[in-house]
Amino acid sequence: MTTPLISLQNVCKQYQKLHALDSVSMTLNQGEVLGLFGHNGAGKTTMMKLILGVISASSGSVEVMGMAPDSKEAWHTRAKVGYLPENVSFYDQLTGLEVLTYFAKLKGFNKKTAIDLLEQVGISHAMKRQVKTYSKGMRQRLGLAQAFIGKPKLLLLDEPTVGLDPIATRDFYQTVDQLKTQGSSVILCSHVLPGVEQHIDRAMILSGGKLLASGTLAQLRQQADLPVRIKPTGLNGSVNSDPTLSQFLSAGGDKQTLMVPEQEKLAILKQLLSYDSVKDIQVEPANLEQLYQHYLAQPLPLFGGKKSGSKNSGAKKS
Amino acid sequence: MMQILTVANKEFQDGLRNRWLVSITLIFTVLSLGLTYFGAAASGSIGITSLSTTIASLASLAVFLIPLIALLLSYDSFVGEQESGTLLLLLTYPLSKSQLLLGKFFGQGAIIALAIFLGFGSSALLLYFQMDSSQVIASFALFIFSAVLLGLSFTAIAYLISLSVSEKSKAAGFALITWFFFALAFDLALLALLVGIDSDLGQQGLTQLMMLNPADIFRLVNLSGLDSSDVNGAIAIAINASMSQSQLILSLLAWVAIPLSLAIFILKKKTL
Repeated sequence: MTTPLISLQNVCKQYQKLHALDSVSMTLNQGEVLGLFGHNGAGKTTMMKLILGVISASSGSVEVMGMAPDSKEAWHTRAKVGYLPENVSFYDQLTGLEVLTYFAKLKGFNKKTAIDLLEQVGISHAMKRQVKTYSKGMRQRLGLAQAFIGKPKLLLLDEPTVGLDPIATRDFYQTVDQLKTQGSSVILCSHVLPGVEQHIDRAMILSGGKLLASGTLAQLRQQADLPVRIKPTGLNGSVNSDPTLSQFLSAGGDKQTLMVPEQEKLAILKQLLSYDSVKDIQVEPANLEQLYQHYLAQPLPLFGGKKSGSKNSGAKKS
Repeated sequence: MMQILTVANKEFQDGLRNRWLVSITLIFTVLSLGLTYFGAAASGSIGITSLSTTIASLASLAVFLIPLIALLLSYDSFVGEQESGTLLLLLTYPLSKSQLLLGKFFGQGAIIALAIFLGFGSSALLLYFQMDSSQVIASFALFIFSAVLLGLSFTAIAYLISLSVSEKSKAAGFALITWFFFALAFDLALLALLVGIDSDLGQQGLTQLMMLNPADIFRLVNLSGLDSSDVNGAIAIAINASMSQSQLILSLLAWVAIPLSLAIFILKKKTL
């Protein structure tokens, strides 16, 4: 069994009186993409800083590639880590190429690398222009190019798709998938990212410095036990008159939507299909946003069941 | 070492792009050529006066301008990068804090040094062609060397300011206060001390107090060799005190090294 690329054990981080992180444990394996969700001040950035070795944990242990990231020995591993901070504005006076060349050189690469990366993120046409002329999206691409320097083994991206248009977002996820197949691990940090589901292997939800939930999306869905949204069309009054169906009718104004628990899904679908008049059925499992809201709405920490769940998933991995 | 050079190179490039280098050089050149050429206008003639008068007027100009420019050039080096988020990013790179600070120091120091060399060197050149004396080169070499040290000293002081505050605007305010203190208030206070306390404070004591101000050390370095008729104020008294040129240069060097080491110390302690 390989050792995980990152492992955090009961990590706490305190700033004076503020508990930025409270006894958080996690592991990340090679080639895994982890989504880290939570609102502002939930501790996402603190966790990233700990993993980057910019700050040290108040208690608990942090290990990245087998060593403590804030130690001297971890120095040379820094070239293998890419980071995109949440709010960064690069040196306005310099051109995009000059900025990226500067960062590439600090990691031991040259101008050629910088040019290739600018091409990869699609701003090579503007590389001779000063950064102050760049749009928000172009700056974000420049930041991403910076994080991709040297094909990092570990990428930490804080709000990577902010300011990107849909096409750039798609390109970005393609790059993430590509890096993943090359064996890089990625941590994506965000409030909620639309369309991120199919690109992450696991999700973690943080709130107030505490880990609310962690696991694959399927596991989270199972734990949350959120209903599946089923919307048949063409049935008119039949749903209301059928007692098995009508008990699942959503309470809201939408009269034709059924909110069905996961385990009843197939039975209900069969029931619906038995009507000849049915024209179409839309089935929507709970999406990431709903999961996220579900976990945040829960009273704080539901340790009993949740913890054993995450322990199981951890046991499976090791 | 490579890392330091990379940072220094970027800072220098930034200085070129901001037109800092060009504008400082221009200011220095115009003012120093003006002083050199029109220095005698007060006595009713145009043309070059004696070497010592020229050096004395250039020193009084430099002692105000160089600290101001060095502070303005560097006050936002760290607080600015902190605000834009690049400081955090740089610290995740394989780049140590002292490498970052020294790199910035070399890059911005090079800008100040080059501007001083070009600006005041032009005066030296003008004087050299007019007077044709090798004395000019020697005097100006000392002048330019000490002026560069003065600039570097205030660059290091600017880093101290930049690292101690959390907002750019505060750093700007502190930079101006610092300039006001060292360039103006300090000498006034010394004069008040001289007048207020009856000669208890000997020449030696006064000179030692002046070691607390890099701008005064710079003045001492450049004025001690001149006729005292060109020199006024508290400095005239201190000049007669026995303090060798090399001691003065060493104190000026200390004024570069001490703030710089302090700045490295603060940066290492700083959490983001």
